[in-house]
Amino acid sequence: MMPLLSITDLRVGFGRNPEANEVVRGVGFDLAEGETLAIVGESGSGKSVTALSINRLVDYGGGRITGGSIKLRRADNSVFDLLTATEPQLTKIRGAEIGMIFQEPMTSLNPVLTIGTQIEESFRLHRGLTGRQATAAAKDALDRVRIPDAARRLEYTPNQLSGGMLQRVMIAMALACNPRLLIADEPTTALDVTVQAQIMALLAELKRETGMSMIFITHDIGLVAGIADKIMVMQGGEAVEQGELNQILDHPQHPYTQHLLHAVPHFASGRATRSDGRREQDKGTEPALKVDGLVVRFPVKSGFFGRASGAVHAVDGVDFDLMPGETLAIVGESGSGKSTTARAILGLVRSTRGTFSAGARKAAAEQSALPVQMVFQNPYASLNPRLSIASILAEPVIATGGRVNAQTRTKMAALLKRVGLPESSLERYPHEFSGGQRQRLCIARALMLNPSVVVLDEAVSALDVSVQARVLELLVELQREFGLAYLFISHDMAVVERIAHRIAVIYAGQIVEIGDATSVLSEPKHSYTKKLIAAVPTIDRRREHFELDTRQVPSLVRPLGFEPEPARWDEFGPDHRARVEA
Amino acid sequence: MRILRAIFAHTSGRIGGAIVALYLLLAILGMLGLTPHNPLMQYRVDRLHAPDSAYWMGTDLFGRDVASRLMTGIGQSFTVAFFSVAFATLAGTVLGLAAAWFGRRWDGLLMRVMDVLLAFPAILLALLIVTVAGPGTWTSIVAIAIVYTPIFTRVVRGPALSLKAREFVDAARTFGSSSSYILTRHLLLNLVAPLTVQVTLALAWALLTEAGLSFLGLGTQPPAASLGLMLSDSRNLMETAPWLMIFPGLAIMVSILGFNLLGDALRDILDPKMRRSIA
Repeated sequence: MMPLLSITDLRVGFGRNPEANEVVRGVGFDLAEGETLAIVGESGSGKSVTALSINRLVDYGGGRITGGSIKLRRADNSVFDLLTATEPQLTKIRGAEIGMIFQEPMTSLNPVLTIGTQIEESFRLHRGLTGRQATAAAKDALDRVRIPDAARRLEYTPNQLSGGMLQRVMIAMALACNPRLLIADEPTTALDVTVQAQIMALLAELKRETGMSMIFITHDIGLVAGIADKIMVMQGGEAVEQGELNQILDHPQHPYTQHLLHAVPHFASGRATRSDGRREQDKGTEPALKVDGLVVRFPVKSGFFGRASGAVHAVDGVDFDLMPGETLAIVGESGSGKSTTARAILGLVRSTRGTFSAGARKAAAEQSALPVQMVFQNPYASLNPRLSIASILAEPVIATGGRVNAQTRTKMAALLKRVGLPESSLERYPHEFSGGQRQRLCIARALMLNPSVVVLDEAVSALDVSVQARVLELLVELQREFGLAYLFISHDMAVVERIAHRIAVIYAGQIVEIGDATSVLSEPKHSYTKKLIAAVPTIDRRREHFELDTRQVPSLVRPLGFEPEPARWDEFGPDHRARVEA
Repeated sequence: MRILRAIFAHTSGRIGGAIVALYLLLAILGMLGLTPHNPLMQYRVDRLHAPDSAYWMGTDLFGRDVASRLMTGIGQSFTVAFFSVAFATLAGTVLGLAAAWFGRRWDGLLMRVMDVLLAFPAILLALLIVTVAGPGTWTSIVAIAIVYTPIFTRVVRGPALSLKAREFVDAARTFGSSSSYILTRHLLLNLVAPLTVQVTLALAWALLTEAGLSFLGLGTQPPAASLGLMLSDSRNLMETAPWLMIFPGLAIMVSILGFNLLGDALRDILDPKMRRSIA
């Protein structure tokens, strides 16, 4: 019998001359009923285009299928050719036979309609249900994706739900008509690790319940280990390797697969931490940065006269110190206050309370006017598109009252060379550089003022894995060369393990555990740290089942005058302590 | 020089640039008095003469040469349009940047004032100002400038607010850039594209508003010529002497087309992302 889906020699092109601009070149695979295929590759590898070709959504993105065949076996065993299908036929197939979920749950839902209306829509279209029947079906769909209190949530609009909840709603909609194939295009990339673990667990459970097939697209080869049966690795529009899960992960044949498996930072529970530049136990050296009792609150105004009725406790009493040449990683989920901490140190948000001092490291003559510099997350937004690289690099110098002279130019050229870009880049503009190169430019700009501390706010999160690995390498080299102290803010435990000497885990605006990277990762003490570490996907944890956990981060809005209890700490070794839990 | 060359390399820039250049030439010739006939001279024998080799675009009810009047009229209309748009752009940019930069109370106050101005139809507001100040070239310029300032304020404020929140502005703050540096380098420079497009559109509207004011007798005063005035004079003779309407009408239409094409080209050229593909 024919498999559920059979694709042979698929070719997809874009633009006026699709034959010449092919982004998918001869991809083929079979997918049996109940099987899960993971398509893995970096951005631009053609993995999403391949998936979008299956339900022909690629036509709407300006793509054209130039060759090959896509055949779907329908429920009545008739074979359906998706390439020659007409648009009305495709509309019937989409949703009913092939469901799809996308990367960004926040933008995939209409913000002005209630989620109930939006789920009912797919029941109305494909099953002709109306009125009460549709509402009942929508409630069942939400129950199925384990959304608590489903009947009431139907009345919510998307802005009232968190990212993880919205992705569940998207899954509920995709599964509304029991499709036999679900295409998931990076469904967890925009979500926090613990939420990602919940969604993965949900997908695995639903797959078991319904027996549907799944195509799972991701850039994170570690993530698919728990869910996929087969893996297809794509590079430059071609499937370079495909096979059974274990075979690919344990015995990769193609050099690119090997490279991917190597480049992806595998989380090793503290076994892969850095061995250089460990913190000395003597107290002689002055810290490069000392933060003491940092508090950042944003007033919440309500009522007609806008009187303050409470405050968002974004950062609630954070203290740490950072030695020269040391990396302190601040990890936590979105909304935990890790970025606010960084922004307060840089003076981008006003701190309510607390002190920080950046100590002297260099001789007075060399001492920088601004010892703390920052590299931002999004390399596409942190460079002014209208300025040449020369003007961008000169800005810190001009800003601190310097002049652009021969010396400055020599320095710009030297720093560019140091971060691995040609000197000719000076005359060019940001859009001519890739994401990784832009992040190198941002690093060069941050180093223009000889800082002693560099704050890296999710600085490698937006980059592809192999680019990410090289930027991390560069950061480590620069740290050794210039004796820089890094404050590395990240949600990615595997990356943190590679670069951090010390780790501070932040939850709801407070540090819950801080200490030496190896001990925090190998022997987490606080329950939140444990949960965070348990959620990290790795290829070692193949077929491990995640517990479904629907706990939400507590609200950080507190009444006026609320003060948190002073922290009590348990010590676990010379440099490892965790907050005592209530 | 580089921009001129880039305009020439751009297809719609070439067409738009040629049209605008032609109008400028006609306007200058008109202002220097280098017209085929005296625009004010009334050739009584040749009243309502159809276009021929002597009168290229015919003559009007008083026997004045339409081609000559058109040339001086273009000069008059363009002067009003250029100056009023220049003032509106300057005022709108300053106000819009101020609203976005200072935010809160200033933003609220400025934008409410702009809302009040915007609530009036453009021509009505211009009429009001001209009626109070008395008709004339300079009052037309000031009136049209006031009418279009709120539009520029809005066009600048919106993107400026979003640019202000961009990471490169945060980055500039972390190394201590001054407000004036951030305002000019990071905000204004990124506003060049929307402003250019708005300027070319506003030039077209200003031409129309000037024509409207003159049509109602409050702009350019007879016997001087402007495109709007000529159009207004032609309306009773539409059937007997259609050339009186066709030529000023065409002149307005083609000039607006020219400005829009040039605006599109400038927007592309001033964007560094497009520079590669053009050069």
